[in-house]
Amino acid sequence: MEKNKEIKEKEPIFSKQNVDIIKKALSRNNPVTVQVLGICSSLAVTVQMKPALVMALSVMIVTGFSNLIISLMRNTIPQVIRIIVQLVVIAALVIIVDQLLKAYVYDVSKKLSVFVGLIITNCILMGRLEAFAMANKPLPSFIDGLSNGMGYGILLLIVAFFRELLGSGKLFGAQVIPQSFYDAGYANNGMMILPPMALITIGIIIWIQRSKNRELIEK
Amino acid sequence: MELFSLFIRSIFIDNMIFAYFLGMCSYLAVSKTVKTSMGLGLAVTFVLIITAPINWLIDNYLLKEGSLIWLSPSLADVDLSYLSFIIFIAVIAAITQLVEMTVEKFSPSLYNALGIFLPLIAVNCAILGVGLFVQEREYTSISETTVYALGSGIGWWLAIISLAATREKLKYSNIPAPLRGLGITFILTGLMAIAFMSFMGIKI
Repeated sequence: MEKNKEIKEKEPIFSKQNVDIIKKALSRNNPVTVQVLGICSSLAVTVQMKPALVMALSVMIVTGFSNLIISLMRNTIPQVIRIIVQLVVIAALVIIVDQLLKAYVYDVSKKLSVFVGLIITNCILMGRLEAFAMANKPLPSFIDGLSNGMGYGILLLIVAFFRELLGSGKLFGAQVIPQSFYDAGYANNGMMILPPMALITIGIIIWIQRSKNRELIEK
Repeated sequence: MELFSLFIRSIFIDNMIFAYFLGMCSYLAVSKTVKTSMGLGLAVTFVLIITAPINWLIDNYLLKEGSLIWLSPSLADVDLSYLSFIIFIAVIAAITQLVEMTVEKFSPSLYNALGIFLPLIAVNCAILGVGLFVQEREYTSISETTVYALGSGIGWWLAIISLAATREKLKYSNIPAPLRGLGITFILTGLMAIAFMSFMGIKI
């Protein structure tokens, strides 16, 4: 649902090639379920929708702009020190995001604790910088960064959706499962709130995605 | 005694992988055989016990609010803590490079064993994660920080070795095709994390 809207909105502005980049990042080449990037820092933030959304947006901003900046500098960066240069650019962007979060959504920023800082070592960033931004023009790189961040964010939101709904019967902090259900004997599954279930949820998402898209199956 | 309790806690209860999902990328990518994961676990632990104390020193004597007071009393209200991300990651990248060069010079055999993993460690979230956790939980002494780093490293090591051992056996089992590879690894890690949760209530 979210996917379609995004592509439709952007279609008149961008060429077909760029739309392809977006589509690829969202499905066939999803950073989390296919490229295995960026699982590290953020599964702990998927207990509720709100922190997951903030995290997804922050990652999107950082991937987009770091891809743009590195792509602008790609011809002047010496090959030997490129990793340090990339890390500095990423770290600077993350600091900006962190300060903004602290200023405007302090409670969420407290909840995300160290995980905002850990965007720096989110492998999506380095992975996309190395694989795309170092070899492509600024505009496609920017789109690639944004859409990879988006692919990551959507997955984060799906996981958070199930964990919050089944774990505490809420979405974005608002009760969605009516009280009558609880009276009839329904109980929240406390297990969903615990960290292991994030991993298992992703495992199941991968399962579903791959049984639909059989070319992704590993031998 | 407190240090020992912290040590055990950081290995089992606050396990980097099973409780915080840190260092997940290399954990999933390099856990195909026990031998290579052994090397990576060793390298991670090694870099952790060097970088965490250095980052603690920098944080406490340079970055924190009022920490520059040893230079001159007029600097008491300088707060540089917003710089900590960039400084921590620079320290980690530099130390990784340094460790790589030292190991290459003094122990070529260890260098060959660790090989490609050393540079990868710079972007391992577990390393930066420990640095940030130390800062957030306000550990008060350098020995506490070192013990925490050592425990976290060993916990990570333990996790990756047990996953690699399980994956080696997994080759012989009949897994549904779409679940093969990545999918089953995720579920496996989840199950292992549930097992590790049984340590949670333990008080030492």
